[in-house]
Amino acid sequence: MSEHRITTPVSDETIALFKAGDKIYISGYLYTGRDSAHKKLIDLVKEGKDLPIDVKGQMIYYVGPTPARPGKPIGSAGPTTSYRMDSYAPTLYAMGLKGTIGKGARSAEVKDSLKKNKAVYLASVGGAGALISKSIVEAEVIAYPELGPEAIRRVKVKDFPCIVINDMYGGDLYEEGKKQYRIAE
Amino acid sequence: MKTIHLSEVRDRIKDLVQKANFELQDDVLAVITSMEKVEESPAALAVFEQMKQNADVAREERLGLCQDTGLAVFFVELGEDVELDKNDGIQSLKHAIEEGARLGYQEGYLRKSVVEDPIRRKNTGDNTPVFIHWELEPGETFKITFIAKGGGAENMSAIRMFAPAAGQEGIEDFVVETAERGGSNPCPPIIVGVGVGGNFEYSALLAKKALLRRPLGSHNSDPFYAEMEKRLLERINKLGIGPQGMGGRCTALAVHVESFPCHIASMPAAVNIQCHSHRVLSFEM
Repeated sequence: MSEHRITTPVSDETIALFKAGDKIYISGYLYTGRDSAHKKLIDLVKEGKDLPIDVKGQMIYYVGPTPARPGKPIGSAGPTTSYRMDSYAPTLYAMGLKGTIGKGARSAEVKDSLKKNKAVYLASVGGAGALISKSIVEAEVIAYPELGPEAIRRVKVKDFPCIVINDMYGGDLYEEGKKQYRIAE
Repeated sequence: MKTIHLSEVRDRIKDLVQKANFELQDDVLAVITSMEKVEESPAALAVFEQMKQNADVAREERLGLCQDTGLAVFFVELGEDVELDKNDGIQSLKHAIEEGARLGYQEGYLRKSVVEDPIRRKNTGDNTPVFIHWELEPGETFKITFIAKGGGAENMSAIRMFAPAAGQEGIEDFVVETAERGGSNPCPPIIVGVGVGGNFEYSALLAKKALLRRPLGSHNSDPFYAEMEKRLLERINKLGIGPQGMGGRCTALAVHVESFPCHIASMPAAVNIQCHSHRVLSFEM
């Protein structure tokens, strides 16, 4: 398992270095989005309209944070469960999105799409939202403010800790980890 | 006759929802610490470390332990000899609880995670309505228990109406299958609440009530179910899913089973999954 420190946007060459189980520390900008925002984005794609964000080379963090206390950029901000975005993710990967960050397993379609588009799926620690908020230094709502916690935010992160779950070669940390520790009955 | 002032209930609820969301309770931390000792996976040990650090940050900075500060679910045990004083413009106990929760979620910068319609999905903006389960009892009891129930774990829950012939084995396999199907999604290490018996809706309620048992990891007073809890915990922890699903020995922190009489034709079973960020807190007046 190796460690990588990267800054967004990311290139195909960087993605090619990532293997399932590697630790990644991200700096730069991430976009946030979850269920409702994804539905809106994909509706725009279907209508042939421009998206409020350019996903090329970027990463989307699946999160709906708590409101920020005064003087803080954001509240508690851990990952939400990713499978709910499975039906939307392949479209965004095909448009050049390089990574998504959440928790929990992805569908076969999403994993195929990672291979096809040279992209990755990363996880941060679910239920550690207070701790994770320490790696977010700025946050700004840039689309769909009416969605409240589900609005799309552009967040500036510093050494945001993640682990590679699915790499572009078909590696899958959840499958491998479970196989290694399973005890047959 | 005991008199309870509803404005006081509102204020206690306002504090309760915040404290539960900011302070991981000692019994939960104790189970996390003891399970950490049996964990072998380096990735899992790193997750345990982050869970503990997260609890420290949340407590110190009054930040949600998790960004999903949940649906606000309350269990009210109300004695029939309790008189409710409708003061300060509060018209009912339900109103006092709802108002307390609304104010607490606002004041504590907790997330508003309720949509007003399941299909049309517009956020209500104040985390109401809350979910209240009422239990009327003789005497002067007045106890309210709050659980902040996140969506990720709730979504991995399941209910099944068994034929009695499925027996104990059928139910135990169902619980293990449900934990396995949840996999990495519900933020393992999970807590598993199991309701056996009752009827369709009552088994689900029992499963949720099983999650409320304190201290976490204590056993059913019926030795038959206590043994079932131990067996289920052992089986679930053999699945290999591990903390956050990255592989390891600790997939569940605890299994709590509650049972109830049921119809001669039925054997309902419900499994309510809870994440490691177990936010349950009560008060009595």
